[in-house]
Amino acid sequence: MTRFLRRRGWVAGLFVLLALLFVATKIIQPGYGAGDFASLSRAVLPYAFAVAAQTVVVIAGGIDLSVAAMMALTSVTAAAMMNGASPEFALFVVPFVLLLGFVLGAINGILIIVTRVPDIVVTLATLFILQGAALLVLNAPGGSAAEWLKAMVVGTVPLPLLPEAVTAWFPKALLLLVVCLGIVWIPLKRSKLGLSLYAIGSSELAAFRSGVPVARTRILAYAFSGLFGAMGGLALTMSTGIGAPIPGPYLLASVAAVVLGGVTLGGGRGGLVGPIVAVFVLRLVRTDLTLMALDPNVTTIIEGVIMVVVVMLGAFLAMKGRRS
Amino acid sequence: MSNSLTADAPVPFGRRLRRLMSDRPLIPLILLLVLLVVVLQILRPGIVNERWIANTIKFAIPLAILAGCQTMAMLTGGIDLSVSTSATMAAFIMATQVVNHDPSVAIAIALVPPVLIGLANGIGIGVFRVHPLIMTLGTSLIGSGFLQVYQRTVIATGTSVPPGLAWLGTGLTYGVPNALLLFVPVAGFILFLLNRTGFGRLLYAVGDNERAARLAGVAYWQVITALYVLSGLLSGIAGLLYVGLIKAPSLSLADPLMLPSVAAAVIGGTSIFGGRGGYTGTIVGALILTVLTTLLTILQMPEGARRILFGLIVLLVTAAYLRIIEDR
Repeated sequence: MTRFLRRRGWVAGLFVLLALLFVATKIIQPGYGAGDFASLSRAVLPYAFAVAAQTVVVIAGGIDLSVAAMMALTSVTAAAMMNGASPEFALFVVPFVLLLGFVLGAINGILIIVTRVPDIVVTLATLFILQGAALLVLNAPGGSAAEWLKAMVVGTVPLPLLPEAVTAWFPKALLLLVVCLGIVWIPLKRSKLGLSLYAIGSSELAAFRSGVPVARTRILAYAFSGLFGAMGGLALTMSTGIGAPIPGPYLLASVAAVVLGGVTLGGGRGGLVGPIVAVFVLRLVRTDLTLMALDPNVTTIIEGVIMVVVVMLGAFLAMKGRRS
Repeated sequence: MSNSLTADAPVPFGRRLRRLMSDRPLIPLILLLVLLVVVLQILRPGIVNERWIANTIKFAIPLAILAGCQTMAMLTGGIDLSVSTSATMAAFIMATQVVNHDPSVAIAIALVPPVLIGLANGIGIGVFRVHPLIMTLGTSLIGSGFLQVYQRTVIATGTSVPPGLAWLGTGLTYGVPNALLLFVPVAGFILFLLNRTGFGRLLYAVGDNERAARLAGVAYWQVITALYVLSGLLSGIAGLLYVGLIKAPSLSLADPLMLPSVAAAVIGGTSIFGGRGGYTGTIVGALILTVLTTLLTILQMPEGARRILFGLIVLLVTAAYLRIIEDR
């Protein structure tokens, strides 16, 4: 029973929590409707990609501190390349930026394998390096995004045969999120590589002895993290229309959502659905605080406290788990 | 050390160099410092004079204090990313409170938030066992949030830097920076703490082998809490000194010192994995970074490139020290 609760119950509990939060939101602000849900989805988008990037690595037993810097670099790269360019050129920019993220992520992994320095130090160093590179690309927020890219996150999905009142609840940003994550994550999880990720996360030695290519799997884990990070960077550029070289608070948010989403720090357990729902929960809490007419800076403090408490609880549970 | 080995067979140069690096890390560090100064003198003949040296020391001191916090945290296998926020908080709160209060009262008020941040860090890391990096990042985020709210409440007050702090931060007496008046006791305290007291030994013990230290009866959470509270307090003091030097309190005052403080400790030979290192190396590391920053400014290197360089330094030096330890 406890095992079932741990495995599926956690994610189910998160969904219940999210539903309760929606009810609370509706009570606080009776006018909360489809439009607000669409803006929530838009706000969630970059956070969700950051969390996905962190999740892949944490499942493989590592941690990636360079997530936010990766998003900043890919975001400014996209914004700088699209600045003044034709809409068709953006068709080339998107795959290029995704590839850039994938390669930079792989370099993270290769550095960890080659230098044998722990992942937390290597990704801290690459955090500095990527941040520096982002500042070199754009010194101040600037650049621009192609109109069709910006349009992809605004508005709703026109579903045929359904009334307007229903389609209003399907924002394009949500669809984009589900499609991008699904396209990468579902094949990944079902493949041999996905199994290897969980294997090296739960016990590297056992995985090595059963013939899992540990080094290659680790590098690929970071590469996919980089890919998700690049998606997050693109999402930032798409929703703001510019690129900003100073990364937002995505690193702490990603770790908090990973922990809240039931992925143990230490690896080998959890999925992607939990963390993504956790992001919605954390963002909705922020929306509620804003709706309660709190000073936005106070909101930031409360949000930070919530994230730190969540991470503390996660670390505490992980410690308890190791002992038993 | 194994003297017999060196006598028996000629040891290859690379190995000898590595052994020198691991036994006497100060010698190569000081050589590097001298080399940087020479390069600077070649690029800009005449720049190295008495005034320049005093200036370099003035700017290196706040960095060296923050890097001292970093060194102590790293000795236990941790890291303190909240030092810059603590320093900024102390500086900004002091600068706004001094308008209505006596400087000594303002300084006392200003040192409370950094200590609280340190306390939160210590409890999170020592009791709840959160990774130090995540915990200190979180508290620094919360701290800067508080600072922003605080700024709203004092927006009409204005800021000022008391003349005493400005004298301490920028003044010279017979060509010697006054900041040394603060730094020499602080550095002496840290060195004494690390080398001569039981607390220092516990820091090394916890960082070297946490499990063994616990089994030997070390109250882990107490050591960690004391360490991070001390780190918060010292960061606050560094912030006060820094605002005396810069004389322009802002909400991002000490942010540029964050990366260098980590890099200075790492360059100084303190292992980021804990248990190895000391403060003397860190002081030289802070001097090296200050000279390097001057050099990069003269070469007109943009901020981005500087960050990349610092990141590379942290990575390469850590990898190199790892090799040296494995070698033994």
